[in-house]
Order: sequence, then C-alpha cells, then structure tokens
Amino acid sequence: MELVESLAEALARASTILPEEVVQALRKARDEEEGPARVQLEAILKNVEMAKAGKLPICQDTGTPTFFVRFGVDFPKLEELLEAIPEAVRRATKAVPLRPNTVHPFSGKNPGDNTGRFVPAVTWEPVPGKDVEIHILPKGGGSENCCALKMLAPGVGLRGVKEAVVEHVVSCGGLPCPPTIVGVGIGGGADLAMKLGKLALLRPLGARHPEPEVAALEKELEELINASGVGPMGLGGKTTVLAVHVEYAHRHPASLPLGIVIQCWAHRRATVRIASDGSITVSQ
Amino acid sequence: MERVLKTPISESEVRNLRAGDVFYLTGLLVTARDEAHRKILERGSPIPLEGLAIFHCGPVVQKKGAEWEVVAAGPTTSARMELFEADFLRRFKPRVIVGKGGMGEKTLEALSEVGAVYAHFTGGAGVLAAQAIKRVREVHWLEELGIPEAIWVFEVEKFGPLVVAMDSHGRSLYKDLSAQVEKNMEAIRARIRGK
Repeated sequence: MELVESLAEALARASTILPEEVVQALRKARDEEEGPARVQLEAILKNVEMAKAGKLPICQDTGTPTFFVRFGVDFPKLEELLEAIPEAVRRATKAVPLRPNTVHPFSGKNPGDNTGRFVPAVTWEPVPGKDVEIHILPKGGGSENCCALKMLAPGVGLRGVKEAVVEHVVSCGGLPCPPTIVGVGIGGGADLAMKLGKLALLRPLGARHPEPEVAALEKELEELINASGVGPMGLGGKTTVLAVHVEYAHRHPASLPLGIVIQCWAHRRATVRIASDGSITVSQ
Repeated sequence: MERVLKTPISESEVRNLRAGDVFYLTGLLVTARDEAHRKILERGSPIPLEGLAIFHCGPVVQKKGAEWEVVAAGPTTSARMELFEADFLRRFKPRVIVGKGGMGEKTLEALSEVGAVYAHFTGGAGVLAAQAIKRVREVHWLEELGIPEAIWVFEVEKFGPLVVAMDSHGRSLYKDLSAQVEKNMEAIRARIRGK
C-alpha cells in the first residue's frame, strides 16, 4: 500500500472500529454495573458493534484528527510523509465520511475537508534509525472542552496533584461522555504538561507506566475517581474512568504544571508503521 | 419488557414516568438545537409540537436521490438549551425532551408545570440512534440554519434506550446524584489528605 492510502485507511479504521482492549474494558464495566449505568454501557457496546459492521463513524462527532510521528532520522521519505498526512485526512473525510470539523476562528468558514491552518496537528519526534511510527488520535469536541491546565504551587506536592486531578475530572460530570480515559502530564512547562497528557493516551488502555511509582499513582487515581459515583454518562455508577495514564517531565523549581486531558469512551486510535525495508502496516 | 411510548403522547402517559425509568419512543422526533430554539420562540414553530418529542441533536445526513438518509445522530449537550427550554415547553408543549448531560432548575420547573420529561440518550451512540430513525419526514429552515441546526422531523421506531433523567414530579437524577457525589468527595478528599 502506498503511504497516503495507508494513512487514510488507518484514520478510517480509527473512526469506525474501537480498539479491542477498549471494547473489553467497556464490557467489564457493563458487567459490574446495574440500573441506568448498565443501560448506558449496553447502548455503547451495541453502537460500537453496529459501527464496525456497517463501517460507520462510531460517533457523529468524528473529532479532530491528531497525529504523533516518531520518525527515524535516516528515514528517506520525510518530504513525502509531510504531504501525505493532510492528503490522507482529505481522502478519509470523503470516504468514511467524517464530519468536516475545522472552522476558521475569525470568519467561521469551514474548508469542508478537516484541514486548515496548523491542522491536522502533527507532533514530530526524531529518533535514531530508519523506522517510522505514526499514531492517529481523532478526538471529539465534548471531551476536549473538559481538558485543563493547572499551574500548582510546588509545595502542594504529589498530594496536591492527586486532589487537583480528582476534583477536576469529577467536576466535569457527564459532559466528556464517561467512562473516560484520562491522560495526566506532570511537570515540564505549561505546553509540555498538556502534550504529555495527550501522549499518555497513546499507550494501550491500562498498560501501566514502566516506573512503579508512576504506575501506582495511575492505579490510585483510577480508584479515587471511580469512588466519586459519577458513573457512565454522569448518571451514577462505579465506572467514571476506564483508565488513568500518567507521564512526567522534569520541572522548574518554582513550577508544578499539571495537564489533564480527558478522552471520551470512544477512545479512537490507530497506528501506521513503516519498517526500514519500506513496508507499511496499519494496526489498532 | 420494553416500554414504548407513541407520539402524540398524552399528559397522563408522561405523568406515569418516574426518574430512572427506561423507555423507547415511536413516532415523531423533532431536532432542535440552539438556533432552532431561538427562532421557534421568535416566529413560532413550522409544525405543531404538542405531544411530540424534541431532540437536541445535529445529525450527519446524506442525500440519496430525493430522500435524506441519517448516518449518525447522537445527542448534543443539553445545558446550552437551558436558556430557552422552559419558555419553549410552556408555549409548544412537547412531552419529551431528548438530550445528554441534563438541564437546570428552570427546565425542571417547566417540566412539572406542563407535564413533560427530560430523557437521556447515550452520548456518542450516533449509529444506534440512526438505525431507529426509519425516515426523514421533513426538514425545515435547512437553507437558513444549515444541516446541524435545521429542524429535522424524524419518523422513529423504538428509539432508545431513553432514561427518564428529569421527571414531571420535580425529581432530577442529576440533582440527586450531585448531592451523592459531593458526599463521596468528602470521603475521597480525606483519603488523599490522610495518605
């Protein structure tokens, strides 16, 4: 498959098929819930099956396609990749179809193909070697509206971080379409904390951070948020989050930035890999 | 057993519904978002709404020949319509408002007064909603408002599941829940501080 075609295919798959481990987590949650919470999760699972069978977008808000590229510094076709990403977005927007979601902030004009100034947003990370890994994350407006940056006083410590995350996620109630997946970025600066929160979402659901201290924080945050009782769709229940993923960076002594990124239950995701022999694979 | 309500829905049918009940809707479901609410209140409704259901939704639709086909039609956040809904209910008497996320005090009061319920449909479940929409009967003000904001009149069959989140007796699941969540948060804060 050529590059544009593979990228468009990956975006189409991300928009119509929920990754298997997310479906499993939703099923587990359904089995543990009762009443209105169970009704919500059953409707979600039915919707996911119907979208997959009919190759239809899981949600009418097909989101903003966001790309994260880890590219080998010796990859020979970087220029082709630069052009292939927006072209793939245009193609998938027609083919799936995706809702045209890019609006000019001044004129309100919509180019109709999900591209525009700085959009699709691409994060580039050079790594040694020749291989390329491209993660695609189409993210809806409802959950993006619930993201937040807190610049904490370093004196509040890890305890203050926990409190701020739990307070914020719980205060969003049903707005981000729970059960959600929360990416938390700690440290860096204001921009890096938010970016780390988003990068944390790329990890397969529930795969813990390799450092035990961070992994323990993830588990504790999940338990604390789920003890709130907000539940699926904010109608009450045990499952407010399916997972919390944490990433961190070193910080300035005077700052403790905290980025909280919330993703709705429709945690749509796909990956394109280009091996050093040039072969391309799409996976979820 | 599935409980199905058919439009036109009477006041007594709606008064029988209690917060937490689950039902399905058959008949006419009419979309109205922010602009449609504002314009209907200004100039009146293009169709009689008494006994029908209103849907806070901006659908994804495709034209197939002369007919419209609905691809995905999940609910949008209802809180934005709080500005209009109480007046809207009193003037046009729809019996069911379908949306997500819940509405405020003014709407809750109007639901009691008029005899109507606010029903929650699962956010994001756009395909599930679309498969219950059997036909687009008519669309109003399409040119003026555009696809997401236009008034779409859907013929639906067993549209749901719908959870009665605010009933016509003053009870709101959201209000009950936020009191419970606040209580739970006190324990959670103590847990964080104690560690």
